[in-house]
Amino acid sequence: MSSYFAQEVPLSWYLLLSAALFSLGVVGFLIKRNLITVFMSIELMLNGVNLSFVTFAQQWHAVKGQIFVFFVMMVAAAEAAVGLAIIIAVFRARATLAVDRIDLMKL
Amino acid sequence: MHLILFLVFAGFCLGGAINLLIQSHPINSALSLIVVMVSLAVLYLLLGAEFLAAAQVIVYAGAIMVLFTFVVMLLNAGREARTMGSRAARSVGFPAVVAILAVIATVILHAHGLGVARLSDGITSTEELSTVLFTKLLLPFEVTSVLILIAILGAVALARHDDTDPQGSAERTDK
Repeated sequence: MSSYFAQEVPLSWYLLLSAALFSLGVVGFLIKRNLITVFMSIELMLNGVNLSFVTFAQQWHAVKGQIFVFFVMMVAAAEAAVGLAIIIAVFRARATLAVDRIDLMKL
Repeated sequence: MHLILFLVFAGFCLGGAINLLIQSHPINSALSLIVVMVSLAVLYLLLGAEFLAAAQVIVYAGAIMVLFTFVVMLLNAGREARTMGSRAARSVGFPAVVAILAVIATVILHAHGLGVARLSDGITSTEELSTVLFTKLLLPFEVTSVLILIAILGAVALARHDDTDPQGSAERTDK
């Protein structure tokens, strides 16, 4: 039992999890048809990248990797505020959230 | 212990992310995204990033996701029509995703010199983090505050009704 408590996890597993989260975010960005859910998929991608930043900060015992994640969080917060305001403006103008019907800029 | 915690919360992470994709109602997707973010906070703690774990819960799971659920409920977003994306997404997007994941996984699995994470590694204290943040990286930190200020102004400008415009309000009353 004590061997379980002494277990260690290879950092490559964390990196694989981060790559999987990023890919799931990309898939969500492609298949979701609701504007808000597409936006959530972007947040999922950001979180996947953040995990790899923290993992490499642990690998090199560097503080700057963690500070970069802090900045990414701040930018994500700003992005969420502006993006959701844009979504509200779009909904007010078009009365729909389906990305297939918001195609004014489509060629 | 570390292995068990990692497996449990990595499972929560992947489960939440997959659930985000298969749910058709936005509010369910938002709740599964909260699960992903809280599990990620635990993983940050396992990697010794205590400040980021706290910030993840407060900023992401707290502030950003509350904003998301507010907007979902405000716009009364219903079920989404289920399509498998556009033709471009099917023909280019999915092969690209698989290729990117395969390349990243191959690189990671063949990388030499990647260490291991242990619970006994110790944590990066908030003091250590803030010493670097407020000395070497003071300018980026201050610039971030300007960015957030601009974001607030932009959000308010985008989301408000322009009641000051007489023509616009006249059109609305006509309807």
